[in-house]
Amino acid sequence: MSIWEYANPKRFMQTSAWALPWVVGLTVLCLVVGLVWGFFFTPDDFRQGSTVKIIYLHVPSAMMAINAWVMMLVTSLIWIVRRHHVSALAAKAAAPVGLTFTLIALVTGALWGQPMWGTWWAWDPRLTSFLILTLFYLGYIALWAAIEDPDTAADLTSILCLVGSVFALLSRYAVNFWNQGLHQGASLSLDKEENVSDVFWLPLLVCIAGFVLLFITLVLMRTRTEIRARRLAALLARERVG
Amino acid sequence: MKALLIRDLRLALRAGGGFGLGLAFFLLVAVLVPLGVGPEGGMLGRIAPGILWVGALLACLLSLDRIFALDYEDGSLDLLVVAPIPLEAVVAVKALAHWLVTGLPLTLVAPVLGILLNLPAGGYGWLVMSLALGTPALSVIGAFGAALVVGVKRGGLLLSLLVLPLYVPTLIFGAEAVKRGAAGLEAGGALALMASVTAAAVAVLPFAAAAALRVNLR
Repeated sequence: MSIWEYANPKRFMQTSAWALPWVVGLTVLCLVVGLVWGFFFTPDDFRQGSTVKIIYLHVPSAMMAINAWVMMLVTSLIWIVRRHHVSALAAKAAAPVGLTFTLIALVTGALWGQPMWGTWWAWDPRLTSFLILTLFYLGYIALWAAIEDPDTAADLTSILCLVGSVFALLSRYAVNFWNQGLHQGASLSLDKEENVSDVFWLPLLVCIAGFVLLFITLVLMRTRTEIRARRLAALLARERVG
Repeated sequence: MKALLIRDLRLALRAGGGFGLGLAFFLLVAVLVPLGVGPEGGMLGRIAPGILWVGALLACLLSLDRIFALDYEDGSLDLLVVAPIPLEAVVAVKALAHWLVTGLPLTLVAPVLGILLNLPAGGYGWLVMSLALGTPALSVIGAFGAALVVGVKRGGLLLSLLVLPLYVPTLIFGAEAVKRGAAGLEAGGALALMASVTAAAVAVLPFAAAAALRVNLR
């Protein structure tokens, strides 16, 4: 029994139909626990006041914005190498979700930046690379929308995703070239020195788990929709011929 | 391959092939920006590297969709695919032709526009060098984008949405090199990084573009 059996659309639909309620439940649980705990049961930061709490939305969505692109990269590679349609459809399904996470990260960052840095926006390396990531998502989605033949669209967007990943990484390091910027370093890392304190850390972990699950939920749902749309198109085509 | 290059150059130079359009656009940008921000010399000199680079980039973008679209429409691209030279070489030659009619002239007129924009004296060498090394990347990346959207009707706007994010590293390093050169700082590092982006793009992207063309002609 190999993992590729799940690439069979029928098998995928069965498994995801079984898994979806569980994933949805876990998502809701994690998000409710994490956000309520974070918003109402953690102390205010002594310098930032209660604005610190935006971290529970900002950090997880920023992480997922990047991870969604990585997932699209992996599924695009699988499509190019093994030609599993579910893989291409999952990449297509993930793109708008990733774009939304990117926008959430940008907007929450701006809301936090206004009282803290005194500005909505700064051309800081991290902020700039997120803006560029938004453009990559937009281009990717636009290319999917522009091409009618689904296999051609899947091929071309996969190629764009591969090339775009390289250039997105390059841009990330290119913007570092300007200056160090305003944005603080990583809040969560294995290096204990620079982490946020434990009071904030645990609810944040729950929130991150919640956002990962939310991403999985949305991608599963959207992939199922795409598969159904594909089946419907096939049925309609058959009817027209017959 | 030489025949293809000569054919593409001829097509671009004759019969309203869009040659000169990019140059005129570049000139217009350099004239309009001082009209917009005011004629104060110090500020113009400070923003000149960025303006010149952005202008060159947009001028390059203007003629990108012509790289493959016309050949796709009249069917000569199908013939090129079955021609006895690899499709990757076709892409490279077409990108080279595009560079010869846009990137190279842009590089040559850029110092003149630098005078218009009051670019500090130290910047001219870096400007020419960075454009000479950077515009090939613009052409190759553009050829890749054009190959992606060749099957899309009126793909021009989509093309710019796809290509502009890919131009970011070249733009940042290129403008930074000129800016540092104009300020009298050491600019070799930025220039070397930009040249490496160009080298990698020229080496790898013809393959990606050829793959996209094959998909589109399937």
